[in-house]
Amino acid sequence: MIQMLHLTAGRVGSRLASRAAAAFSVGSARMASTSHAVSDVVDMSKPQYWDRRDIPLPDRAFKESLTAADQSLKQKEKGPWGQLTKEEKIALYRMSFCQTYPEMNEPSAEWKTVMGGIFIFLGITGLVVLWQSIYVYPETPPTFDPELQAKQIKRMLDMRINPIEGFSAKWDYEKGQWK
Amino acid sequence: MSLPKPVMRGLLGKRLRFHLPIAFTLSIISAIAFKYAVTEPRKQAYADFYKQYDSVKEFNAMREAGIFESVRPSGE
Repeated sequence: MIQMLHLTAGRVGSRLASRAAAAFSVGSARMASTSHAVSDVVDMSKPQYWDRRDIPLPDRAFKESLTAADQSLKQKEKGPWGQLTKEEKIALYRMSFCQTYPEMNEPSAEWKTVMGGIFIFLGITGLVVLWQSIYVYPETPPTFDPELQAKQIKRMLDMRINPIEGFSAKWDYEKGQWK
Repeated sequence: MSLPKPVMRGLLGKRLRFHLPIAFTLSIISAIAFKYAVTEPRKQAYADFYKQYDSVKEFNAMREAGIFESVRPSGE
């Protein structure tokens, strides 16, 4: 799946697609920076290897094709592990896994791209709204004029709207002014 | 390469034992605070309002202001 997203990012190459691809892979595997050609198709019907926080043991080992040295190490792994040196243990780990959990969980700078994209699109939206307010919206109704608004407020006070804790409670009826 | 074995069990129980008393206490405190900061003053405000409320006087004031359609102001 990540390889397919690589293909999309490589082929289209626009900021939009790479941001969409980055959004899809947030929280899952860290994207390597290579983008493959179309000929490098992954067989999705076979078990896949994932570097994911919630898949501690992926469906297959990382390295499938082992060199002779690797195979002899795998034979040694079948014996007592106390006889393995530290470097051999690390080599065996790297055969099974691509990244360790700390490597996988490293923070990336992706959030800057995301926030930048958000602000860019908010800005574009603001420009669109501005254009709309000039060229699309009809005239505001006369009831928005200050005199008519004052009349509306006076009518609300006459009707004693919310006289206990709300609107009319703030009006002093004896003095004819706001409290 | 000999790290201590990490804790494998009881993780949810430990989290609950820590967080549930806090959650319950905070919820109860917020409910009590809401009662005494909002509902009691509100009940008092309503009680005070209606202690000195003359409905006939208010009705006549509203009538004179001309908001009713069933009774017009006394002048008309």
